[in-house]
Amino acid sequence: MSDVILNNICKTYNKGIVLAVDDVSFSVGKGELFGLIGPDGAGKTSIFRILTTLLLADSGSASVNGYDVVNDYKKIRQHVGYMPGKFSLYQDLTVEENLKFFATVFNTTIEANYELIKEIYIQIEPFKKRRAGKLSGGMKQKLALCCALIHRPTVLFLDEPTTGVDTVSRKEFWDMLKRLKQEGITILVSTPYMDEATLCERIALMQDGKIMSIDTPKNITKQYAEILYAIKASNMSHLLSDLRLNKLIRSCNAFGEYHHITFNDDLKNSKSELLNYLKSKNYISIEIKQVAPTIEDCFIKLMNK
Amino acid sequence: MRILRFLLQKEFKQIFRNKSLLPMIFLMPIIQLIVMPLAADYEVKNINLSIVDHDHSTYSQKLTSKIISSGYFILSDYGNSFKNSLQQVEQDKSDLILEIPQGFEKNIVRENKQKLFIAVNAINGTKAGLGGAYINNIIFNFNNDLRNDWIQSMRYNQIPTIEIVSSNWFNTFLNYTFFMVPGILVVLVTMVCIYMCSLNIVKEKEIGTIEQINVTPIKKFHFILGKLIPFWVIGVFIFSVGLFVVGRLVYGIIPVGNAGLVYAFLSLYLIAMLGLGLLISTYSETQQQAMSVAFFFMMVFLLMSGLFTSIDSMPEWAKIIANCNPVTYFIEVMRMVVLKGSNFSDIKNHFIIMTGFAVLFNSWAILNYKKTS
Repeated sequence: MSDVILNNICKTYNKGIVLAVDDVSFSVGKGELFGLIGPDGAGKTSIFRILTTLLLADSGSASVNGYDVVNDYKKIRQHVGYMPGKFSLYQDLTVEENLKFFATVFNTTIEANYELIKEIYIQIEPFKKRRAGKLSGGMKQKLALCCALIHRPTVLFLDEPTTGVDTVSRKEFWDMLKRLKQEGITILVSTPYMDEATLCERIALMQDGKIMSIDTPKNITKQYAEILYAIKASNMSHLLSDLRLNKLIRSCNAFGEYHHITFNDDLKNSKSELLNYLKSKNYISIEIKQVAPTIEDCFIKLMNK
Repeated sequence: MRILRFLLQKEFKQIFRNKSLLPMIFLMPIIQLIVMPLAADYEVKNINLSIVDHDHSTYSQKLTSKIISSGYFILSDYGNSFKNSLQQVEQDKSDLILEIPQGFEKNIVRENKQKLFIAVNAINGTKAGLGGAYINNIIFNFNNDLRNDWIQSMRYNQIPTIEIVSSNWFNTFLNYTFFMVPGILVVLVTMVCIYMCSLNIVKEKEIGTIEQINVTPIKKFHFILGKLIPFWVIGVFIFSVGLFVVGRLVYGIIPVGNAGLVYAFLSLYLIAMLGLGLLISTYSETQQQAMSVAFFFMMVFLLMSGLFTSIDSMPEWAKIIANCNPVTYFIEVMRMVVLKGSNFSDIKNHFIIMTGFAVLFNSWAILNYKKTS
């Protein structure tokens, strides 16, 4: 039984000029941690807003918890938790007041579901008398998650929860999600960070409103057919343009301190031919090695298709 | 009900924590109510008068001192050249020129008539109109005094005249503050309601909290009531302070009619105005937009409400606008009940019309307020 189902959802803005979501279909199973991965403007937020009944799709159907997003929106609103990308709690209310407010709104109390949020809330409890607007970014995020969880939702929608949060807090946040998953909560999370994709059980890679691929992160990287090399040399920016001009190279992308390249023909001599070419161009301390493809490599490949 | 109570609690907490909004709501109306009526004074005083006297006779002296002693005029120049006086007007040193011709006294005595010349700087129409009227009146009185002097000596040749004696009702001493303060109070209450209500809701949109609220089971009407009730309470509070504290202590205005009737109308009026604020908020995405739209409506409401200028003297098209303006009706009701002591049957129509406004604005706003886009 799937908790979230989308069938051919389309959404346009500005009277059909801007296509935000283009014929998207997927489903998320009960208790699954599902990631929507894509750059800004890929249509992730639009999908979230359709699923949380804030936005009406132009065509297609969707259901959450078995309830239709259009006809049974009232039921959905009682059972889902939504954490928008932008911090949207009352900045002039204190941490405790915000939490209490959202508990009341869902006709419950903090005490009733304290167990669920305990581990997260305990970290911000020392600041419970502080106004939400005065919290640090990571704390705000934790508070927002608490507020989204206070009514023990069956499905949790997290729209870019880690954008603008430091690396340590990001890691903590994903740990929290894993614990929530164990509570049986279905989690839909979106992120522009490819490195977070591997933390999800299943991911959908999105670009320009379309889903390019849906699978487990492992399977997606497995589908990367070519052999991928990482290359490094003295002058990296020149190296990039030289590699792109070279006929041996199929693709070349900057990737941290290395450039990731694939060859047109995966032959042994391609590599040595390239090395000779680079030496002739006066590059020194050239380093080349085979690497395992990451989600980002897959994403770039799919994007260029 | 529990949810509504919580929404109200939250709303009041937010209002009382807002350190810049709070003085705006409570202090501004009181200060404005004390300052604004003083500025919106209809009586024109301190008119600079320049007299060109070609006669230099007893009568011309008498006329001059009579004019100056009226208290409305300040003698800025006394000379015998009209050209010089005109220059004074051009330099804005005087507003009005009175030219007394040569042989003024002689001609009155011998030929029983004389003409005076008055030139008024009409850039400020009100000042010119009233200044001209005042000086005409003074000269008319001067003329009567002269006549009385003469008639006494010619007892058998009495000229029949009609003397008009008027008595001012409802505002015996023509105290303009009695007329202005109730009207200004209406405008202030309106301002606080429209601005605060629309800005408050748009702020939730801007910060994004409305998104969070929209995905909860809060009902539309709970949310709207949660927004309207606090500002309704604030509106009633400001009105009470304005009427009973500032109005009574500063201006000595004591409602002649039933204060309960005023409150009944205020309750209805606030519902209508908060509905308008809500309506503005449903059409605006940012506080800036809401502010601009609210400001536009405020300006029209203010100038076309009969607060400063009489609606009866407006052109037909303007009368139509004034009649579509809810502020007009409340100002009328205030003046009728507070000054005249009108009762319910006198303002029945106002109640009916205001109910119409309340229903129109609120139902429009509620229809336009969507939780889903």
